[in-house]
Amino acid sequence: MIRFTVNARPREVDVEPEMPLLWVLRDELDIKGPKYGCGVGQCGACTVLVDGEPARSCTLPLSKVAGRRVLTIEGLAQGERLHPVQQAWIDQQVPQCGYCQGGQILAAVALLRKHPSPSDRQIDEAMTNLCRCGTYARVRSAIRAAAKKKT
Amino acid sequence: MSALSRRSFLKTAGALGLGLHLPARAQAGRGEVNAWVMVLPNELVIIRYARSEMGQGSMTAAAQLVAEELDCDWKNVRVDYADSNEQLRRKGVWGPMSSSGSRTIRESHEVLRNAGAAAREMLVAAAAQGWGVAAAECRAAGGVIAHAPSGRRITYGRVAAAAAKLPVPKQVALKAQADWKLAGKPLARVDIPDMVTGRTRYGIDTQLPGMVYAAIAQCPVPGGRLKSLDEAAAARGRRGVLRVLPMGEFIAVIADNWWRAAQALRALKIEWDGGANASLSSAALRRELEQAFEPDTAASVVKSEGDVEKALAQAARVVEAEYATPFLAHAALEPPSCTAVVKDGQVDVWTSTQDAEATHAAAAAAAGVAPENVYVHRTPVGGAFGRRLAQDYTAQGVAIAKALNGIPVNLIWTREEDLQHDQYRPASLARLKAGIDEAGNPVVLQCRVAAPALKDLEATAALADQPYAIANLRIEHAVRNSAVPIGYWRGAAHSQNPFVRECFIDELANAAKRDPLDYRLGLLPATARERAVLEAAAKAAGWRTAPAQGLHRGIAVTEVRGSYTAAVAELSLREKKVELKRLVIALDPGRVVNPDNVVAQVQGGAAFALSALFWGEVTYKDGRVEQSSFADYRVLALAEMPPVEVLLVPSGGFWGGVGEAGGAAVAPAVANALFLAGGERIRSLPLKKAGFDLS
Repeated sequence: MIRFTVNARPREVDVEPEMPLLWVLRDELDIKGPKYGCGVGQCGACTVLVDGEPARSCTLPLSKVAGRRVLTIEGLAQGERLHPVQQAWIDQQVPQCGYCQGGQILAAVALLRKHPSPSDRQIDEAMTNLCRCGTYARVRSAIRAAAKKKT
Repeated sequence: MSALSRRSFLKTAGALGLGLHLPARAQAGRGEVNAWVMVLPNELVIIRYARSEMGQGSMTAAAQLVAEELDCDWKNVRVDYADSNEQLRRKGVWGPMSSSGSRTIRESHEVLRNAGAAAREMLVAAAAQGWGVAAAECRAAGGVIAHAPSGRRITYGRVAAAAAKLPVPKQVALKAQADWKLAGKPLARVDIPDMVTGRTRYGIDTQLPGMVYAAIAQCPVPGGRLKSLDEAAAARGRRGVLRVLPMGEFIAVIADNWWRAAQALRALKIEWDGGANASLSSAALRRELEQAFEPDTAASVVKSEGDVEKALAQAARVVEAEYATPFLAHAALEPPSCTAVVKDGQVDVWTSTQDAEATHAAAAAAAGVAPENVYVHRTPVGGAFGRRLAQDYTAQGVAIAKALNGIPVNLIWTREEDLQHDQYRPASLARLKAGIDEAGNPVVLQCRVAAPALKDLEATAALADQPYAIANLRIEHAVRNSAVPIGYWRGAAHSQNPFVRECFIDELANAAKRDPLDYRLGLLPATARERAVLEAAAKAAGWRTAPAQGLHRGIAVTEVRGSYTAAVAELSLREKKVELKRLVIALDPGRVVNPDNVVAQVQGGAAFALSALFWGEVTYKDGRVEQSSFADYRVLALAEMPPVEVLLVPSGGFWGGVGEAGGAAVAPAVANALFLAGGERIRSLPLKKAGFDLS
């Protein structure tokens, strides 16, 4: 049994310790917000926060998550109250197909915690999640808008 | 619908968050005013959407057109997919369900507006009948019908049931664009809120009670078959693995968790018989294209005007060039996936599709059941770009489900399978020959395109219908079909031929020592819609003033799916590192239904085009595709995205598509700027082959 918390809820699963967190979330816990996009940590669609740090859950063995706190896109809002980054994403109409956007939002949340007013370069370095629809201009403007609101 | 599939449908659809989600079949007769519009007693207006939403935003735009004519309150609007089974039973009442070729608004605008207007007239007529007054004395606005002479008012929800019993008016008057209140406005997309909270469930996210997972390996060589399989190694002792299913062209491993299935699959010892294509290679494919230019090789003449030979003989100068474009994968971020249940002669399918009717037909065929017994549960789509017109993964998912006899199964392809088993944008080879007169103007253009036959005229799009005043023309298509599976890729031939044409026009301008913008304007007839977008992009980019030291500009223009677009690229070049300072893109789609969404489509189209321009290429070696991940099939990242300035310059009067137009002028504009920056004329894509990269 491996114990960890997901979106503030304690979880206990009996799976192989090497099973990537992504598939524990998706197929064992029916938490489908983290997406499968490449399976090798390149695209970032599977991004979650582990103890506040962005992690590519498709390459993160569950054994490394034992005892830690996992946040997925489903756990970001406080009930019906959206996180400022989520609100900025709606205000700027960022998503197109939306498939990568949960990961993009969590990467942005982590970036803004570290750098409340990030420079363009800090945005470039933190936002490595791929978006095939090409929403990057709006990802950038939404991060800027969220940063402005927070500070 | 079975209880199981009904329940899970509600779970999937409820996650859409588009408001009320009942299976469309259950909706008929309960407040349905007509096939497109339902009004519930609580005033909610359900607008049906028949085509697919895959990020292009037309679900919202289509609803805007219906709601505009309906004169309802936008706050009460919910959008729900039309059902393909009901479509069958109601004899195609919703028309085409396919989202392809940028045609949702382009081809459905009239049907949608008529549906909204007809529903409004029926609601008004029902209210008037109830009051015993003339309908002409009543007016509708914001979901309320008012009779001014008597001061009476009633809401749509209270007359919807009566309205549904009235005949559908044959002819309705549509609003003038000047009177639009909802259409033409940058309304927020209806599906975005659930995307940012993680509630959206794409096809791949389908979860059914008792569901198992399938990972598959397909024969890496097109047309090949399974030769041998050592099944025991994978199945023995592997936790959660339920079945190994050899299916001829692919092998499926079934497990209680997709990762377990994929791990077991990797452990299988599989031998494939590549068959006739076992030695397929990019070099051989290139030779097949080159053979189209050997003497006496047949080609169909798509356009012929004047006397090409005579004009070439008399030209002051002849310019010749060969342009090549590669095979491309779609690489939508949601990999191909299909969840299916085949039980008691009924098929239920959940999959991200661009064409619910094609999915429906593929599912019926794969299960061997009548189409009446197939239910396609439509889901949000995680990118498509043409890939989800093909139904290969639907057929596989249903075939596996049939073998599992009633157990729901979720098939998911790996990214590697996706890149290696796509239906690729075809490679093409074009040879052009132009003659220019003493003044430098082209008097003759001859072009032969060697490419597969995807659809009539597609291979010569933007060439046969090129807009420049050139008296003598011969445009030919030499059909070169190969073993490589091909399909539609965002823009289809408009993703490659504008590059060919607009770079070649630049070559002619250069030969004539003329400014590329003036050269184009000089050749475009006064009525050509290309003129306005060229001038708009050039003006915004400051074309008439010299760029700063070290910066270079290129320009290009094209028509795409009834819209017109021009791009100016501004860049600097240092040791093959391209710094794209900015792109200015002008678009004239005639009418704009949702300007903010159209801007998003242009921004995204530019990103899509840049990925293809710099890195996009699928190659074959020993019968197999060589690319397997985003490491060797690179797509643009945020840090590489240049500033894109989008200019919407709608000239009205027509309805052009916007999903494919925005990126179409980007590649030639960048290549033309690169020529000025380094003196190297790029005629073969992607740019990485010539050593260029984005900095």
